[in-house]
Amino acid sequence: MKIVVCVKQVPDTAEVRINPETNTLVRDGVPSIINPYDLHAVEAALQIREAAGGEVTTLTMGPPQAENALRETVSMGVDRAVLLTDRLFAGSDTWATAYTLYKGIEHLGADIILCGKQAIDGDTAQVGPEIAEFFGMPHIAYVRKIVEVGNDRIVVQRLMDDGFDVVESSLPVLLTVVREINVPRLPSLKGKMAAKKAGILKLSAADLKAEEENLGLKGSPTQVKNIFAPEAKANRKVLSGSMEDNVAQLVNELVEMKCI
Amino acid sequence: MYISVTRDKCSGCGVCIASCPYDAIVMHEDRARITELCQLCRACLSVCPEGAISEVEDGVVRKEKGQGRGVWVFAEQRSGRLAGVSLELLGAGRRLADKLGAELSAVLLGNVERGAQELICWGADRVYLCDDPAMDTFNDEPYANVLSELIAQYKPEIVLAGATAIGRSFFPRVAARLHTGLTADCTSLDIEESTGNLLQVRPAFGGNIMATILCPHSRPQMATVRPRVMKAAEYQDDKKGEVIPVKPVKITSSTRVTETVMEVSEVAVNLQDANIIVAGGRGAGGEKGFKLLFELAETLDGSVAASRAAVDEGWIPYRHQVGQTGKTVGPKVYIACGISGAVQHIVGMQSSDIIIAINRNPEAPIFSIATYGIVGDMFEVVPMMIKKIREIKGL
Repeated sequence: MKIVVCVKQVPDTAEVRINPETNTLVRDGVPSIINPYDLHAVEAALQIREAAGGEVTTLTMGPPQAENALRETVSMGVDRAVLLTDRLFAGSDTWATAYTLYKGIEHLGADIILCGKQAIDGDTAQVGPEIAEFFGMPHIAYVRKIVEVGNDRIVVQRLMDDGFDVVESSLPVLLTVVREINVPRLPSLKGKMAAKKAGILKLSAADLKAEEENLGLKGSPTQVKNIFAPEAKANRKVLSGSMEDNVAQLVNELVEMKCI
Repeated sequence: MYISVTRDKCSGCGVCIASCPYDAIVMHEDRARITELCQLCRACLSVCPEGAISEVEDGVVRKEKGQGRGVWVFAEQRSGRLAGVSLELLGAGRRLADKLGAELSAVLLGNVERGAQELICWGADRVYLCDDPAMDTFNDEPYANVLSELIAQYKPEIVLAGATAIGRSFFPRVAARLHTGLTADCTSLDIEESTGNLLQVRPAFGGNIMATILCPHSRPQMATVRPRVMKAAEYQDDKKGEVIPVKPVKITSSTRVTETVMEVSEVAVNLQDANIIVAGGRGAGGEKGFKLLFELAETLDGSVAASRAAVDEGWIPYRHQVGQTGKTVGPKVYIACGISGAVQHIVGMQSSDIIIAINRNPEAPIFSIATYGIVGDMFEVVPMMIKKIREIKGL
């Protein structure tokens, strides 16, 4: 069983702010982490390997320093880590990102592809299903439990807005996983040693035989027109009377709105 | 007006062909030629390195309004019931269609009793209805196949879906196949006056930043919108529209749903349907604070919500959480008690009609979005409110 897990190095979003003067992202000093959902995908892959045998590869697209995220997955116990890095990949939206990862996975081969349900910087949840579409393989999003893995089929529980579906699929398949699926393991000491020494395979656009017009900014149908700090509504009305009066006024408003 | 290529200037490089969202440019005798598919969007004007493409004003209006192109809404159904978000999207879609002078259509896959007529009453001019048993249960591949075929055939400008488990799962497949842009979780949609492009505003970086996204050179422009963000239009009993039956194509699926288990907690349902929500944050201080909030909610027949801070502290279960990583709600009245108003919370409740904020810190950001604010301790204010309301109700 060949399992590929797509991971992403993301800024810790709690730390990201906008510079109000320049209206640009303040990235300085913001720590980089592995997208938390992806850790659950790595754990799911390791559990499948333990149950069914096989090989787990983590794959990321990013700048050279994304290697750190890959090493972290090696410390958890994955067999191999691959970095897709090339200036041509810069500026990718979800379409171009999915295309690039698709070319990478095509290069590696996979029976099961795992992704976190979304990355916390963009929160789009689109790259996983888009990769599956490029392959023409099925995908199941929001998987909260893997029930059964066979040689040519898999059964999972898919989280829905009103409960869950039990879904079976043929292989190969792409799954995106939610946090409920498992608790990611911590790196072992042995794993940490291995992570230091591990060779990271680096692949460029040319290695992937990717079509240049599908990469990076050029291959991205969407453009960011501008970014801005979330604006506040300007109907602030702070009640400034005595506390008794304020509460009385509030309750009157509720009565007038027929809430009482 | 029409778009023209000056043959002497054209070098036949083909850059314009790639820039055209409508595939309206072809190579003819090694020179670019604009075909009748042209929608006068002007996307090609700026990309030509030779400056060979220009618009020619001849006083003739060629872009007819209300052609097949227009705004589409994917009308989601589950177990034969229309999703509320689809009706909200028809409200949003109606505004966009009116701005474009275009028609609003809904796409309904699967059987919903009187579903097509309902969608028309909620604002659709036309419904593409694929009423086939294979569509009753959601599977990604057949849904993506049918919608992609319809889009290829009718070429809408804009296609919207709810940012639900279903919409967020299969819309990316459609966008990938059509090589077009998809913007997730939009909080506002508008038309850019100068270009007619869709302006898609969405939160990023956990809601700390808002971004406006454009999809200028590909069509359709696709977006998902979270439930409770847009307002549904008024229901029109007597509205007439056209229903176009759609033959299912390529409905074989590699996935199969063997069982569907409903397990929505009552709380979740209550929160999304509540007229009044009383919410607590870090300022609630613990379970004791939430007990007080439950009491206030009870006197108002409302529900209780919480910020992420309170849920992370373990004072109240996750299903009560409102915000970017929780639920989005839009009640008539939202009473935020001891909530500072981090962006991640605000994106989940800002569409409430009235927001009441109670917080000890006069600088708390929640006050900047509050309709009414009281600077004070919720442990003082809330009991006073409960007493006052009980008096009025004669309890």
